[in-house]
Amino acid sequence: MDRLGERAPVMAPDAMLPLIARVARRVRELPDTWTLDLVAADGGPLMRYAPGQFTMMYAFGVGEIPVSVSGDAADQTRLVQTVRAVGKVSEAVTRLAAGDTLGLRGPYGTAWPVAEGYGRDVVVVAGGLGLAPLRPALYQLQAERKRFGKLVLLYGTRRPEDILFRRQLANWRRQLDMEIEVTVDHAGAAWRGHVGVVTRLIPRLGIDVDNAMALVCGPEVMMRFAASALNDIGVPEEAIHLSLERNMKCAVGLCGHCQFAGSFVCKDGAVMRYDKVRRLLGLKEI
Amino acid sequence: MNDHAAAVITHEGLGGLIAGLRAEGFRVIGPRLRDQAIVYDDIESVADLPAGWTDEQEGGHYRVRRREDAALFGYNVGPHAWKRFLHPPLLRLWRAERSADGMTVTATSEPAERYAFLAVRSCELHAIAIQDRVFLQGPYVDPHYKARREGAFIVAVNCGQAGGTCFCTSMNTGPKAEEGFDLSLTELLGDRHEFLVEVGSERGAALLAAVPHRPAERQDAAQAANAVARAEGNMGRHMRSDDVRELLLANLEHPRWDDVAERCLTCGNCTMVCPTCFCTAVEDENDLAGNAAERKRRWDSCFTMDFSYIHGGSVRSSGRSRYRQWMTHKLANWVDQFGTSGCVGCGRCITWCPVGIDITEEVRAIRGEGGSDGRA
Repeated sequence: MDRLGERAPVMAPDAMLPLIARVARRVRELPDTWTLDLVAADGGPLMRYAPGQFTMMYAFGVGEIPVSVSGDAADQTRLVQTVRAVGKVSEAVTRLAAGDTLGLRGPYGTAWPVAEGYGRDVVVVAGGLGLAPLRPALYQLQAERKRFGKLVLLYGTRRPEDILFRRQLANWRRQLDMEIEVTVDHAGAAWRGHVGVVTRLIPRLGIDVDNAMALVCGPEVMMRFAASALNDIGVPEEAIHLSLERNMKCAVGLCGHCQFAGSFVCKDGAVMRYDKVRRLLGLKEI
Repeated sequence: MNDHAAAVITHEGLGGLIAGLRAEGFRVIGPRLRDQAIVYDDIESVADLPAGWTDEQEGGHYRVRRREDAALFGYNVGPHAWKRFLHPPLLRLWRAERSADGMTVTATSEPAERYAFLAVRSCELHAIAIQDRVFLQGPYVDPHYKARREGAFIVAVNCGQAGGTCFCTSMNTGPKAEEGFDLSLTELLGDRHEFLVEVGSERGAALLAAVPHRPAERQDAAQAANAVARAEGNMGRHMRSDDVRELLLANLEHPRWDDVAERCLTCGNCTMVCPTCFCTAVEDENDLAGNAAERKRRWDSCFTMDFSYIHGGSVRSSGRSRYRQWMTHKLANWVDQFGTSGCVGCGRCITWCPVGIDITEEVRAIRGEGGSDGRA
């Protein structure tokens, strides 16, 4: 009979348990958008991550949200994340000052497959805040510039004053041998750049479509049209990568919220290949 | 150990099994009659079991009624599933407190219960095996489920009759319990009210050895087989399941989704009673001073608007898309995610739907096999 009781319940470590991070620096990017540099509570490095991954950020007593990493994955001394205040948790997170603490879990999810672009032209298409999750990929493209063919960044925002990482874009344009096209939906007389949706820039891309890779991040409707336009000019579906967004609560595939047909966006995404999601993107309310 | 070696016990032996489990420190959970339903709750002795009761089930209909005999397990499944013990409806995950230089987070320290489940049906064994895949076999393990599941002692019971909404034979999940138990009972009703016991594990054999029993004879085995065959023969529902994944994925825009949306109240009852539905939400509770916060996990349902909310609104705002999400997940996408259907044919979602929506009927309609009556 003693064998009946051989196994007492044992608790394994819980992936839902956050570690404590501290804000090392807080930079205002836009009136509602802030970049936080995070370190461990003791000042040490937090976690290793790959471009395209995200963390779950916890504001004390308020709640938890998924936020993409926006920093340079090669710099593991700090974790850089850019947050727009759109709800009560993101508002609380963006109010944190240097020295404040927050909870952090991760990193989670799939990465931009930057290395697949070696020897190929690379097109990065960003919409709005979608530039933030793409920035780690841009850092890697910059660091390994010689391994890639032509580099193009197409970036669309609502208005000129919504342009994110403005100074960095100017620097990259100068130093990186990268074509950067910025377009806005609405602009005043002072704007001399493109006006219109970002997808309109795609047909004019001077890239070797048979030997190109595209990384796309933005609102779902923008990604759907951008991927379709890229495919129309000849970029194969398998060479187009999108970062999907769904409600994420656990980030480890156990809570069910981020379900996207047969995938969980938190662990099978957020970065997914266009050929795997193309049909679903055409349906409403999946 | 001889797997599935059969013995026969009486009420006394069954009482011995319950007492033996309790003596070993297990919290024994089994069927009890409560609030006009047969639910799963603490069992102290055979007297707690629903002797002489059965249930009557149809779409949107559940009633308990008296049987003509004193069967202890003469009902089918009720509104409870074992997931409420292995995957609790509400669970504290951790507690955060403000400290001098920020905050501290402490994991929940409540020890998990050591459960013994009495009278687990074959469809429910399959449901537990499915939740094992969800919580234990992916890249991330749910430690709360794991702690409860690993020590659990399972006494299965074979069905001697099928309920009005049962379709386990369609899903290949019953009615005979084949594996995943420590002991399995088949109720032998007749002049001598006894229970055929099959052994599924060493600890099952050890427990059986400690209670009065006699070896099973050929006629005992035959009577048990007859009981199971009877259940197999009177399933209340049927569903062709071999191609249902492909069928649903090819019909994501079928007009039937609009039709079912007209009837569905998006109440989420089907997800609460489903023995495999596993979705949860997390919420924070703060003390009034704002110095401590507790993070809790509770069952959630894909039928709520909040479930798919992202900045700007819900991804699935229509009832049509939410019913489609639930049913295509259960019968189709589950296969891609976990290598098995998420449906075990227990019929709970049909019985407990307040408007009697019948998953087997919906599949038939999408298949183009009319007939609004979902009965077999």
